[in-house]
Amino acid sequence: MSVRLGVPSKGRLMEKTFQWFGARGVTLGRTASDREYAGVVEGAGDVEMVLLSAGEIPRELAAGHIHLGVTGTDLVRENLGNWEDRVEELAELGFGHADLVLAVPQAWVDVGTLDDLDAAAAAFRAHHGHRLRIATKYHRLVRDFLRENGVADYSLVDSQGATEGTVKNETAEAIADITSSGDTLSANHLKILDDGVILRSQATLFRARRAEMSDADRKTLAHLTAKLGVN
Amino acid sequence: MPDLTMHRTSGPATPADVSRADIRAEAARLRAIFEAAGAQVVETAILQSAATLLDLYGEDIRARAYVTSDPAMGEQMLRPDFTVPVVQMHMAGGAEPARYTYSGEVFRRQETNSGRANEYVQVGYEVFERGTTAQSDAEVFARFHDMLAPLNLHAITGDIGILMAAVDGLATTPARKAALRRHIWRPRRFRALLDRYAGRTPVPPSRAALLQASDPMAGAGPLIGLRGRAEIAARIDALRSDAAAPPISENEVDLIDAVLAVRETCPNALERLRDIAVDMPSINGAVAQLAARLEALAARGINVDHLPFEASYGRSQMEYYDGFVFGFTSEAHPGLPAVASGGRYDALTRQLGQGREIPAVGGVVRPGLVVWLGGAA
Repeated sequence: MSVRLGVPSKGRLMEKTFQWFGARGVTLGRTASDREYAGVVEGAGDVEMVLLSAGEIPRELAAGHIHLGVTGTDLVRENLGNWEDRVEELAELGFGHADLVLAVPQAWVDVGTLDDLDAAAAAFRAHHGHRLRIATKYHRLVRDFLRENGVADYSLVDSQGATEGTVKNETAEAIADITSSGDTLSANHLKILDDGVILRSQATLFRARRAEMSDADRKTLAHLTAKLGVN
Repeated sequence: MPDLTMHRTSGPATPADVSRADIRAEAARLRAIFEAAGAQVVETAILQSAATLLDLYGEDIRARAYVTSDPAMGEQMLRPDFTVPVVQMHMAGGAEPARYTYSGEVFRRQETNSGRANEYVQVGYEVFERGTTAQSDAEVFARFHDMLAPLNLHAITGDIGILMAAVDGLATTPARKAALRRHIWRPRRFRALLDRYAGRTPVPPSRAALLQASDPMAGAGPLIGLRGRAEIAARIDALRSDAAAPPISENEVDLIDAVLAVRETCPNALERLRDIAVDMPSINGAVAQLAARLEALAARGINVDHLPFEASYGRSQMEYYDGFVFGFTSEAHPGLPAVASGGRYDALTRQLGQGREIPAVGGVVRPGLVVWLGGAA
C-alpha cells in the first residue's frame, strides 16, 4: 500500500493544486502522456497521486479508496451525508473560490431577504397553483439551507447547466448556483438575496477518516502533512 | 449517534437485530388488538404519488422519503407513512364513522442519522368520526396506552390547536395571522415573524429602502420569469399596509410565549392555560376542548393527574397534526425514536378531501421496538 492522494484531473484546479503542493516542497506532475490519468509525486515518500474528477473525490474519500483528496467544500457537503464523520478538512488552499448563492430576478424589488422570498413564495403558490421553483444542482445544500431558515412553498428543479437562464426561460422563478464574481448573475438580470449566501466554498485538502492504513502509511501521511504544514 | 448497543441480559442486542419474523408476528398481534376494537383492516400501495406528498409536505419530504420514477407514472415515493393513503381512501368513499387499522413497512430516508432505521414496520389505528372530538382523542390515546402499558414507556401529550387559537386571537392584521399560522410548524420562522411583527427586530435595509421609494419599480431592470408585475405590486402594497399597522403588543407576545412555555402535568397545564385565557380569551374554546379530553381520558381509566402536557410538543416533526398530539418514548433508551405517536389531523382530511372533510385522529406504533423493549404483554 501507499498513501493515495486524489487530485482534480482537469484545468485550473489541477494546476493550482500542483502549485500549492509544489510551494511546500512536494512536486506533483502528470506522467509523460497527458492522456493517461496517472501522475508522479516527488518529495513525499510513498505517496501515489490519483487523478479524478473533482466531483468524484468526495465519494472516493468517503469510501476510503483515497486517503487525501483536493476538492471543493461545496461538493463534499452536497454529496456526503454526515460529512464531518467521514472526512476531515486539513487545509483551505486559497483558490477555487466559489459561493453557492440564492438569486432572484432584479425586477423583484420586493424581495431582498429570505423572509421576503418565503412570503413571495406563499403568494406565488396561491396565484399560480404551483410552488415557486428554484433551479439548482445542489439539492441537499439548498434544501437544508431553506429548511433551517424556514422557507416554505418552493420546489427544487434540477438544472445541471446554464442555470442562470432558467428564469428567463420560465422553467424556474429563482436559482441557487455557484458564482465566483456575480457577473453572470447580473448579465442575466438576477440578484443575490442579502442573506442568500448558502455556502462559501474553496478548494480544500481533505483527509478520509475511514481509509485503511498500514503503519508505514501512517508514517508517510504524518511526514507529508508535516511537510505541508497542515497537521 | 443514539446508543442502541447497551448491554442486555437477553434478546436481540439492538432494535436492528430483531428478526423480521418476530416483527411480523408482533405486528399481527397488535393489529388484531385494533381489529378487536372494531377497526377494519386496510392495505395501501407501497408506491405513492410523489405529487400528492410534495403538495402536502413541500420539498422537505424529499429529504425524508425515497423517490423513484418511471416514464409512465412519473415520480413516486416509497410510502413514508400510512396516514395520507388511508385518508385518501376514506375520503374517496368510506362509510362514516370509520375505524381503520393497518400494518406494513414505511420507508424513511436518513440523510444524516445513519444509526436510524430507513425501513420499518408500523401498525396504525385511525378514527374518522364527527361530533366526538374529545372521546375519539381519548379513545385513540387509550388504545395505545393500554397496548404499551407493559413496557413502562413515558407518555407525552400536547395540543397544536391551542397555539393556533392563540394566533387567531392576536389583535393584528389578518395577513400577519395567516403568516404566523403558516409557520406554526416551523418554530424558528414563527419566532422571527413574531419578533418582526412586534417591532423587536429592525426592518431590513432593503425593506426600508423599498418602503421609502416613491416608484419602487423604477430602475428595477427587465421583468423576467413567471412572477409578474401585478404580483410584485400586490406584495409592495401588502408591505406598505404591514408597515402602517401597529406592532403586536409586548403583552400579546408574552401571552404567546406563556402558552408555548406550558409544560406541566395535564391538570396543572389546564389551570395554567385557564389563567392565560383570562387575558387571551381566543383560546377559551381550545382550552375547553383540552378539559373535555382530560375528562374523556379519565373516563377511560387514564391517570391524567400524572400525564405530561407540553404546549409546544409536536411542532417541529408533525406538520399535519392540528389538535391533540401524543407520543410514547422509552426513558431507559433515550436514543430510541418514539415507540408510538399520533394526533388529530382534521385539516389533512380537508386538503385531501376535495371539498369534503371529516374530523380524524389516529396513531402508529412500531412493533420492532415493542419486541426489542420487552415484547408482548
